[in-house]
Amino acid sequence: MSAIIKVENLTRIFDVSKPWLNRMIERQPKALLTAVSEVSFDVERNSVYALVGESGSGKSTIGKIIVGLVAPSEGTVEVEGVDLASESDADKIDAVRADIQMIFQDPYASLNPRWRVRDIIAEPVAARGGKTAGLAERLLEQVGLSAADAGKYPHEFSGGQRQRICIARALSSEPKIIVCDEPTSALDVSVQSQVLNLMSDLREEFGLTYLFISHDLTVVHHMADMIGVLYLGRLVEEAPRDRLFSAPKHPYTQMLFDAAPRMDAFGREVEPPKGEIPDAINPPSGCAFHPRCPLAIPRCSQERPEMRKIGQTRVACHMAE
Amino acid sequence: MAETRVETRAGARPSRLRRAWQSDFTWSFRHSPVAVAAFGVVMILILGAVFAPLIAPHNPFNPATLNLMNGFTPPGQANEFTGELFLLGTDDQGRDVFSTILYGMRISLFVGVSAVLLAMLLGVMLGLMAGYVGGWTESIIMRVADVQLTFPAILVAMLIFGIAKGITPPEYRNEMAIWVLILAIGLSDWVQFARVVRGATLVEKNKEYVQAAKLIGRSPFAIMLRHILPNVLNPVLVIATISLALAIIAEATLSFLGVGAPPTKPSLGTLIRIGQEFMFSGEWWILLFPATTLLALALSINLMGDWLRDALNPRLR
Repeated sequence: MSAIIKVENLTRIFDVSKPWLNRMIERQPKALLTAVSEVSFDVERNSVYALVGESGSGKSTIGKIIVGLVAPSEGTVEVEGVDLASESDADKIDAVRADIQMIFQDPYASLNPRWRVRDIIAEPVAARGGKTAGLAERLLEQVGLSAADAGKYPHEFSGGQRQRICIARALSSEPKIIVCDEPTSALDVSVQSQVLNLMSDLREEFGLTYLFISHDLTVVHHMADMIGVLYLGRLVEEAPRDRLFSAPKHPYTQMLFDAAPRMDAFGREVEPPKGEIPDAINPPSGCAFHPRCPLAIPRCSQERPEMRKIGQTRVACHMAE
Repeated sequence: MAETRVETRAGARPSRLRRAWQSDFTWSFRHSPVAVAAFGVVMILILGAVFAPLIAPHNPFNPATLNLMNGFTPPGQANEFTGELFLLGTDDQGRDVFSTILYGMRISLFVGVSAVLLAMLLGVMLGLMAGYVGGWTESIIMRVADVQLTFPAILVAMLIFGIAKGITPPEYRNEMAIWVLILAIGLSDWVQFARVVRGATLVEKNKEYVQAAKLIGRSPFAIMLRHILPNVLNPVLVIATISLALAIIAEATLSFLGVGAPPTKPSLGTLIRIGQEFMFSGEWWILLFPATTLLALALSINLMGDWLRDALNPRLR
């Protein structure tokens, strides 16, 4: 097993300042939002790596950096040994782009309403001048739709069917990696499992690697081999699925699991999460979680914890053992 | 058994024509008497203009067919010297008003449609660029648009017309007048297209299908033309229709002011200018009929534009 995606020290800072003139008049400094802060992880070939976290934890930004839609501020992302942000050989960039695809959250916005399904699915291939005859029909059947649907427009389909079309489009350039940005969160629960099962089947069939971005722990438990937990743009814990669910090390991960609804413990007392996710423009000093942490000691507010390896788990906490 | 199956299949997918007839769009058209009436008037006028050489009793541009003795014949009466009858009367040079209106409408419509096409092309391109590229490109394009909006469009058109006339050699001026007119009206009218397209582009460019095209590696040019443009065309169509009415009026205004179509090739505006010289001496028909035609043309096109705006607006459906 070798890493197909290597993310090293990845940081992305967004400038969310008001326009220059307003800033001068109101005498405000520039507002810089750190969406992703010094994140490092590897994704093994043919595995499913899940990134979980609350809204605003930077999980979607990491996905967009990996596919090349957003440039990193610092650090590197290597996909099959090629760094998209610094590579200057256009052929290499093109080869990597063909190997990496994305499935988006909102199936209603991710298909061009004026295009026929046939053209939507074949676009990744057509953009490179490849042969597209019969391609859409074949892929449609592979994702559980009918070949006759190729001539229709996206508005003729339901949310789950559209997400299947998105999956077909992602598969058309025969990629090795698919970044899935909350692919089921806009779907009905009954449709979610169908789409997830389809994705699992396709992974085995085509030998795909998924980077799975989600806030839904049930979905992640179903899909992932390896899970990374993000908090305010920082990776706080990373562990194999069973390890993470049976023995979470970081107090934030423990809090997430306590707050998640569970069928087997219906009617239990749920400890509500304390506090709210802090402002990413002015993050807390030291460990970003310390204002909400039940275990916090003075050191936590002064020193940012490094990632430490404890057994199979990597965790960023001074108190974890 | 086999027959019923064929029938149900035919029922599920009616012919293209039938589907078009049953679509929301045509339904809304058929149920709007104003739209149907306006469409009828516009079609009659356009057909009259297109087939003017077949319909018109005279060719008013050919001086050889004119008889000065026919001058100032009132509508529907025989001329007292020649005994000829003119449906809508004649003007000072003995030209049949009905024929001049048909030929004048050709020039008015040609100038109007060409000017709107020019404005649309320019406005849509600049609006797409401003919306998609953003940054300095957007600032420059939109500030130019804002500045131009502070001047009345007719003033801008007169300025462009004046400059163009100054740099064309005198012997070509009459031939160039029509093209200069198109250029002047087109350049004074692109701003609304650019503004609307920029706004719609700002909404569309953040949708995920544009991101999907980006990560495939499509060039910005391809994304703008193939992905965004088809999704911003609805409002453009509405503005184009209303602009057409405005462009025809702008052309008439310029011609009325004497800076547009030359008297040898009169447009509706030129005819109105000629007519107003005789209005107070009792020859009312020389003014009234061209003016009524212009009114009917502009009003019907505007009413169609109003209907189109409502029909294409998903919020009003």
